Amino acid sequence: MKRLAWTTVAATALAAATPALATDVKLGVLNDQSGVYADLSGQGSVVAARMAVEDFDAEAKGINVEIISADHQNKPDIASNIARQWYDQDNVDVILDVPTSSTALAVADVTAEFNKIFINSGAATSDLTRANCQPTTIHWTYDTAALANGTGKAVTEAGGDTWFFLTADYAFGHALERDTTAVVEANGGEVLGSVAHPFPGTDFSSFLLQAQASGAKVIGLANAGADTVNSIKQAAEFGIVQAGQKLAGLLLFINNVHSLGAETAQGLQMTTAFYWDQNDGTREFSERFQAEVGAPPSMVQAGVYAGTLHYLKAVEAVGSNDSEAIVAKMKEMETDDALFGKGYIRKDGRVIHDMYLMEVKAPDESTGEWDLLKQVSTISGEDAFLPMEDGGCAFALAE
Amino acid sequence: MSTSENTKVALPAMTHTVGMPRHQKIIFVLLLGVLLALPFMVYPVFAMKVLCFALFACAFNLLLGFGGLLSFGHAAYFGMASYVCAHAAKVWGLTPELAILAGTATAALLGLVIGSLAIRRQGIYFAMVTLAFAQMVYFFALQAEFTGGEDGIQSVPRNDLLGMFPMSDDLTFYFFVLAITYGGILFIYRITHSPFGQVLKSIRENEPRAVSLGYRVNRYKLMVFVLSATFAGLAGATKSQVFHLASLTDVHWTMSGEVVLMTLLGGMGTVLGPIVGAAVVVTMQNYLAYLGAWVTVIQGCIFVVGVLLFREGIIGVLSRILKKPL
Repeated sequence: MKRLAWTTVAATALAAATPALATDVKLGVLNDQSGVYADLSGQGSVVAARMAVEDFDAEAKGINVEIISADHQNKPDIASNIARQWYDQDNVDVILDVPTSSTALAVADVTAEFNKIFINSGAATSDLTRANCQPTTIHWTYDTAALANGTGKAVTEAGGDTWFFLTADYAFGHALERDTTAVVEANGGEVLGSVAHPFPGTDFSSFLLQAQASGAKVIGLANAGADTVNSIKQAAEFGIVQAGQKLAGLLLFINNVHSLGAETAQGLQMTTAFYWDQNDGTREFSERFQAEVGAPPSMVQAGVYAGTLHYLKAVEAVGSNDSEAIVAKMKEMETDDALFGKGYIRKDGRVIHDMYLMEVKAPDESTGEWDLLKQVSTISGEDAFLPMEDGGCAFALAE
Repeated sequence: MSTSENTKVALPAMTHTVGMPRHQKIIFVLLLGVLLALPFMVYPVFAMKVLCFALFACAFNLLLGFGGLLSFGHAAYFGMASYVCAHAAKVWGLTPELAILAGTATAALLGLVIGSLAIRRQGIYFAMVTLAFAQMVYFFALQAEFTGGEDGIQSVPRNDLLGMFPMSDDLTFYFFVLAITYGGILFIYRITHSPFGQVLKSIRENEPRAVSLGYRVNRYKLMVFVLSATFAGLAGATKSQVFHLASLTDVHWTMSGEVVLMTLLGGMGTVLGPIVGAAVVVTMQNYLAYLGAWVTVIQGCIFVVGVLLFREGIIGVLSRILKKPL
């Protein structure tokens, strides 16, 4: 479509230099380019996909890659419309990223209908590989189950055995609270209570005072986006962390922490799949990424990079753009890249890799603008993600 | 009356004639021709989206342009119908026509409840009451089990029409949607050009005089409110079948605002105006999507320019130039 922002990459190799068996693939990065998730996905994800193509040296391997992108504005009808047009008219082979659960579920269904490939990195819902799973969906970076499991388990084991939840009063918030409660209780912790706040909320003071009065060691924030940021800010005003209670953000990204600042967010614990300052591999990538985008990659953008890389490896191995063969190959091959390390893709499309419990550094520990997190513990992939047997993905269990 | 003051300036005079004037017959035939050719020129799903919003705007125009009632809560009927239709098709396995009917009936009922309370107030209070109810519906949709909260109802199947004709092909379904929309628009035309429509216009122009003539004004207002809600519901229900999903977008207050924009931009109180307005707004959103948040800014600018330079809307201006009601 002419209306979409085109980012053409390595599309035209010299005809003479192109091997006879050249494969053409077209990647579509579909995400939020203007709204609340534009920082953690947006154009950064497009750059991440392009870097994966360059790092893989696709052209030399006989794969011509073209990347296009579009803004889904976090609206599922727009997302499904674009996905349809991409598959139907623009011959897109794979759609990448797609943050927010509602848009991701919509795109997953359209992808299955056209029998193409959907590599999600941005969305939280674990339904993508559970009740709403599709053979054509790969879910890369994280999901609600992993967040609940990661933060809930690690924090409880680290001594935070009494919890109080501040829950956004809608399906997502309640699901997050329920999942985390189960994990906390399974690990010997106790949930002292919870309070639901309206969504979206602006004034959290009365809820925070309730949380403070509960005497729980950990206040779990079962909300997202602006609600989380606002509740953390207001908690800082009440001096809740300084008074000895810990905040646990159940869905939080590095960009949120950056906008809060280390002063406000210090001591906050969160689960993440990727942090730019973990090892040489992540630092090398992040440096190149930051030079172009201006900020280090979020875990969502890192997931787009890793997903694209793994997809290209499968294309090379299969030697065509046959979706079914590529998905089979992707699930058969181990995943291995500089950002997520080694891992694998389950039959239901869930990518299993390690997750990390991080804590926001105190301002005097932080040496730079983005030096915000320190690792508390590593959660192995098997522990973090829900077992496939409990997931309820019909086609994966039938095999 | 604050409502009649607002509308008096913008509306071209509509003279009552028996039957459809010849030029309007030609317009309807031309419109049908354009809509029949549309899916072969643009992407069918996009064309269906235009149709759904055209019907939605026509339904809204029925209330604002002919009833003189400015509702700020039409997303409630549009969205709730799309949820019920999606639920009916997905969980109850109903065929498209029954699912859409179920959604439409829900919207009608909702319109009856909200309308019977809202029409007791006028002008800005009326608008605020409808907005308040629409917000209640929004939060209901956010909280209720069956709507799936912020995930919406996903992967809604498009079952066989009447249980016989497969509808999964977008082009085939387009003609089904076209039949609904075109039928709906004709029906709305019929309503506005009936004696009932004439009474509505008289209420719009001067309510106390209509009362003094012996009309039960509130009954007419309620009737047009319910009719408008019903057609808005029809559009919403159809949209959920088009996109295979129902989501919070449809029931959010911005949707109520969008339909006001479409109607005013196209030309309130005209037959073709809302259709043109919907086409312009949807096309803009679609083809300027790469501009991101700027689309809203552009929409706002166009709206301001429209209000300042051509208050009658695109079709209103055309109608004035041609000296014929369009």
